[in-house]
Amino acid sequence: MGSTLAEKIIAEHVGRDVAPGEIVVTGVDVTALQDGTGPLALQQLEELDMVRAVNPGRTILFMDHAAPSPRKELSNAHQVLRSFARATGAVASDINEGVCHQRLVESYASPGDILIGADSHTCTSGALAAFATGMGSTDVAIGIATGRTWLKVPETLRVVVSGEFSQGVCAKDLMLHLIGELGADGATYMAMEFTGPAVERMNMSERFTLANMAVEAGGKTGLFAADATTRAYLEEQGRGEDYRQLGPDPDAAYTLTLNVDVDGLEPTVAAPHTVDNTMTAAAAAGRQVQQVFIGSCTNGRIEDLRIAASILRGRERHPHTRLIVTPASRRVYLQAAAEGLLKDFVEAGAIVTGTGCGACVGVHGGVLGDGEVCVSTQNRNFHGRMGNVKSYIYLASPATAAATAIAGEIVDPREGYLEPQG
Amino acid sequence: MSLKGKAWKFGDSISTDHIAPGRYFHLRTNLPELAKHVLEDADESFAAGLEPGDFVVAGRNFGLGSSREHAPRIIKLAGINAVLAQSFARIFFRNAINVGLPVLEVDTSGIEPGDQLEVDLEAGEVRNITRGETLAFAPLPPVMVKILADGGLVEHFKKYGDFNLKSG
Repeated sequence: MGSTLAEKIIAEHVGRDVAPGEIVVTGVDVTALQDGTGPLALQQLEELDMVRAVNPGRTILFMDHAAPSPRKELSNAHQVLRSFARATGAVASDINEGVCHQRLVESYASPGDILIGADSHTCTSGALAAFATGMGSTDVAIGIATGRTWLKVPETLRVVVSGEFSQGVCAKDLMLHLIGELGADGATYMAMEFTGPAVERMNMSERFTLANMAVEAGGKTGLFAADATTRAYLEEQGRGEDYRQLGPDPDAAYTLTLNVDVDGLEPTVAAPHTVDNTMTAAAAAGRQVQQVFIGSCTNGRIEDLRIAASILRGRERHPHTRLIVTPASRRVYLQAAAEGLLKDFVEAGAIVTGTGCGACVGVHGGVLGDGEVCVSTQNRNFHGRMGNVKSYIYLASPATAAATAIAGEIVDPREGYLEPQG
Repeated sequence: MSLKGKAWKFGDSISTDHIAPGRYFHLRTNLPELAKHVLEDADESFAAGLEPGDFVVAGRNFGLGSSREHAPRIIKLAGINAVLAQSFARIFFRNAINVGLPVLEVDTSGIEPGDQLEVDLEAGEVRNITRGETLAFAPLPPVMVKILADGGLVEHFKKYGDFNLKSG
């Protein structure tokens, strides 16, 4: 019997075939910490007298959740990360560089890797055919110091996507729809493997969006085969040599296969306060919105900003609706500047912030007021997620978010917002 | 080992944002201070009202969301004996074991707030003293039994200097 992608990557690392349910101790190729989880991890290494990084060039410490730091406690946390990087040769990804998951796919994750990060959306790198998964500080600390971790080989849930997105509908709508179907624990501890004709046609940005949210269905990782699109992406990032073809065996055994046809899929939102509380944008239409956030590891890439800018260009935000745009990395920021998108956003009444995670995790740069409603392109809408337990978050695509900023209330972007203005 | 205390009842889908809210992000390097806000966004009275030895009792998918290990750490630091839930999100589940906090998958539907519970980890039983009922919880995987018995992953590494996950 053949192997799923998850089984194949783990088997390559441990040097023998593996089966779901088995416990393995495996080598890890890339380890990552961020400013919220990093200091605790490094404290564990001190306690163990193991202050070292066995693979420093592939150990990255991201300062992204509080970038730039809004408080002295967080500035001190950043000092801890920088100092570990200096002492061990690990990479410090400072406040200007970007959101960890975006930086990982741009520069570090490669097909066939095992990547562990102390951040739940580490599964994003699965779109590059890397077994990428989020763990806690102590697990990642041990991974940094020893180059190894333990894993239970997950079962695999295959998602076969067919059909074509209609205009104004994208990968985010698909993922919200899927999580609504599966439930927030529907893929608990399973590797999700995305395949099918619609997936083969998707660009990497769309694949990252799907992989990013695998954890919102409880998934261990969200995997895609490495193909010509993966190769082209890695070449664009200046690391074509990291590419290798990698996919599941044709006779792999899946615990569950889900078939989804995106023909007729509508713009979809997740209403407060769980990601699986999904409905069409049309069904949520009319809800007054005080803030729109376009950014995050889910939808802060250049492709997302192009979609948002195409809607906002020549239009203006509603006077009652603030609009925050946060490019996911320095590369994305520079590209958006070169294409004139930042000007489009600012002219439409947006504030364009530096790169980072602050608004999405409720640390700074977009905290909501009491009773306020936000439409966001991020991945979570939990109670209090954006810094205020008395606020309401709807998750949506960049197109729905941009159209909502103009309307001042939730709208289906196909209701007259897709036609270029000016 | 037998643990005794009273139940604090929570619903389904208690996220790590409920347990360790992002607005206290700056307290993550000060766990005793962060622990004063544990589960604040699910029950404002919890942190001030709990007594050491009490249990967190919840519904489905407890601990969903972030990988923040601070979540199980502050539950433990606040004095909670164990978390009982219908099911757990897996990153939280693993983190809890790593920090030495017992997490038990058990049918919690019949447990009411304030019920006196006794948990016998070896026997795999939860006894509801208030209601005179005994519930069996799903056994932990042997790997996790081992890490939990050692007092968490750091203690495990102190003991063996490496992963030593073979059972027995």
